[in-house]
Amino acid sequence: MSGGVDSAVAAARAAEAGHDVTGVHLALARNPQTYRSGARGCCTLEDARDARRAADVIGIPFYVWDMAEQFHESVVDDFVAEYAAGRTPNPCLRCNEKIKFEAVLDRAVALGFDAVVTGHHARLGADGLLRRSVDYGKDQSYVLAVLTAAQLSRAMFPLGDSTKALVRAEAASRGLAVADKPDSHDICFIADGDTRKFLADRLGSQPGDIVEATTGAVVGQHAGAYAYTVGQRRGLDLRISAPDRNPRYVLSITPSTNTVTVGPASALEVSTVVGTRPIWHSSDFSVECSVQLRAHGSVFPASVAFDGSSLVASLASPARGVATGQAMVCYQPSPDGDIVLGSATISETS
Amino acid sequence: MSYLDHAATTPMLPEALDAFVAAARAVGNASSLHAPGRQARRRVEESREQIADALTARPSEVIFTGGGTESDNLATKGIFWARRAADPRRNRVVASSVEHHAVLDAVTWLERHEGAAVTWLPVSRSGRVSAADFAEAVSGDDVAVATVMWANNEVGTLQPVPELAALAASAGVPFHTDAVQAVGQVPVDFAASGAAALTVSGHKIGGPIGVGALLLGREVECTPLLHGGGQERDVRSGTLDVPGIVALAVAVELSVKTQRETAERIGRLRDDLVARVHAAVPGAILNGDPTGRLPGNAHFSFPGCEGDALLLLLDAQGIACSTGSACSAGVAQPSHVLIAMGAGDAEARSSLRFTLGHTSTVSDVDALVAALPGAVERARRAGAVKSR
Repeated sequence: MSGGVDSAVAAARAAEAGHDVTGVHLALARNPQTYRSGARGCCTLEDARDARRAADVIGIPFYVWDMAEQFHESVVDDFVAEYAAGRTPNPCLRCNEKIKFEAVLDRAVALGFDAVVTGHHARLGADGLLRRSVDYGKDQSYVLAVLTAAQLSRAMFPLGDSTKALVRAEAASRGLAVADKPDSHDICFIADGDTRKFLADRLGSQPGDIVEATTGAVVGQHAGAYAYTVGQRRGLDLRISAPDRNPRYVLSITPSTNTVTVGPASALEVSTVVGTRPIWHSSDFSVECSVQLRAHGSVFPASVAFDGSSLVASLASPARGVATGQAMVCYQPSPDGDIVLGSATISETS
Repeated sequence: MSYLDHAATTPMLPEALDAFVAAARAVGNASSLHAPGRQARRRVEESREQIADALTARPSEVIFTGGGTESDNLATKGIFWARRAADPRRNRVVASSVEHHAVLDAVTWLERHEGAAVTWLPVSRSGRVSAADFAEAVSGDDVAVATVMWANNEVGTLQPVPELAALAASAGVPFHTDAVQAVGQVPVDFAASGAAALTVSGHKIGGPIGVGALLLGREVECTPLLHGGGQERDVRSGTLDVPGIVALAVAVELSVKTQRETAERIGRLRDDLVARVHAAVPGAILNGDPTGRLPGNAHFSFPGCEGDALLLLLDAQGIACSTGSACSAGVAQPSHVLIAMGAGDAEARSSLRFTLGHTSTVSDVDALVAALPGAVERARRAGAVKSR
């Protein structure tokens, strides 16, 4: 229970369904003051208090579990290391994989619990398949697609059939004070929302060149290649404009030479996406499906092949700004909510 | 429910509750000059005399406060300020390293914000301060105040308070002792102890929460924390909490009067609990002093378990106990007391405190012993998951 409205309603629904529910708030910050404060984050004293009050109202026991150490190792350190390696990680996805459905789940199961219930907006039916939420705009199946079948078999997402608006209305009617608490945004462990500064504080200043892809000319300087993301246009501060006067985008980051390569939008287009660390739920190893390449991103029709150690997607039409480190999630379109077929961490694009 | 957390708070004695309710029905500010005011004042002064009588102090030495935390803050900060004001060389606080946070954090505050020097006294493996260390620490001419608790709230270890107070007195240093856990469990005699100041709390002895007292020797200078009406000897301001004070006095009087039989009864129950926990959970370690401890206290480490996992599992079976202290967010912290006693972080996190009190019966112990082995087994599995 983060202290937000979704986990509060999820807990209430699980309890109402007759389960023996215990509320758990995760303490993730080594020092709570350094994390986002108030309604915007998920790791503060105020949030712990809101979660406790929600548990009181629902009438379930409530505890705080200290997961700060695991969170820092598995999520924060990974986040920094991924950027340092020129990739763009998704820490919420990593937190689901390593904290909520590994550290918390394993501990809960050892203590005698059967499942972890969360307030994620996704559907998980009796068939064990993960589907998008009915609220497409709030759907979180993308950050859950990393879960294995074993993890999903011990997960419950009671909110998947409800829109966010309905969840808020239900919270209000249940007397939960968090009913109108704003949604959390951004990354909970970056207090001021300034990711570039957060990385610079940990990775230091590493000045290097920004290079034009076609000519190889040095067109600008950067303070650390790690601070850039493929597809980024703003904040490049280029001193020499492109010959064609068109805007330039980050095409790639090369940590070995500390180089950021830029070029025109057209050069961002990729048709083949390769992912490692695959999760695959389908019995078919070659499928026509839709792939989503970033959180809240659009989907692309694609042919996807699974070979046991990687996923390769051949896109029907090119995608732009696909960053390595993000997840590629494959969906089988369905009227009952698109079904997650599998996912992988994007490692190469072409 | 089996309530095994009397050191956190214990149920109010029926007599104290009745006295509280009766006093709360009456109107009257003890500082008012009219008849209802005089009546309220009379109740306060009778209560003061009752407490003084029970703990062997003079009535004028009883200062009512808002509880143990306030009394501890008043004693440590107030005596420090007064002594340093009288002689600026006196800038040192001597304190044991196993004090309750109400003393620990007050002293740390003096260190950070008032430039105080602090001597933290080490403790033995059983949690006891050595008289030799204490004598050495108070021997300098820079000591403003020394403070060592009568009995530890976590592991129950008793400190040699009269011996330490005598050493402090011969060094000319005022000695404060936090006796919050001691009153009603072991004999506490303010005059005989030789302490300059002694903290008493209401809700640990069957009185209400939010009221306490500082016994403060008449000759001991103490700078106030709270300024206002100066109701309590000009050392403490605030309208006197008549119902709380009346009920506190009843609780002090009764708990002191019945101390010996309570100690014998809950001591036997505690010994039974300890023996049966050892039998039910091989490998459980009893922390604290095997004999020189509070009669109601049993404190164990369960190697391989996390205390907060055990607490959750026992709580689910209706057994209430404690892991020691938690931070404001609710995260269980490794106990500074166990760390000071030489425990490692894992050992400190594996501990659980069971404390008995006036309502405890053998059925509480039965319930614990029935639930504990299964809980320990599960908590060990969870502990193994974490260390994987």
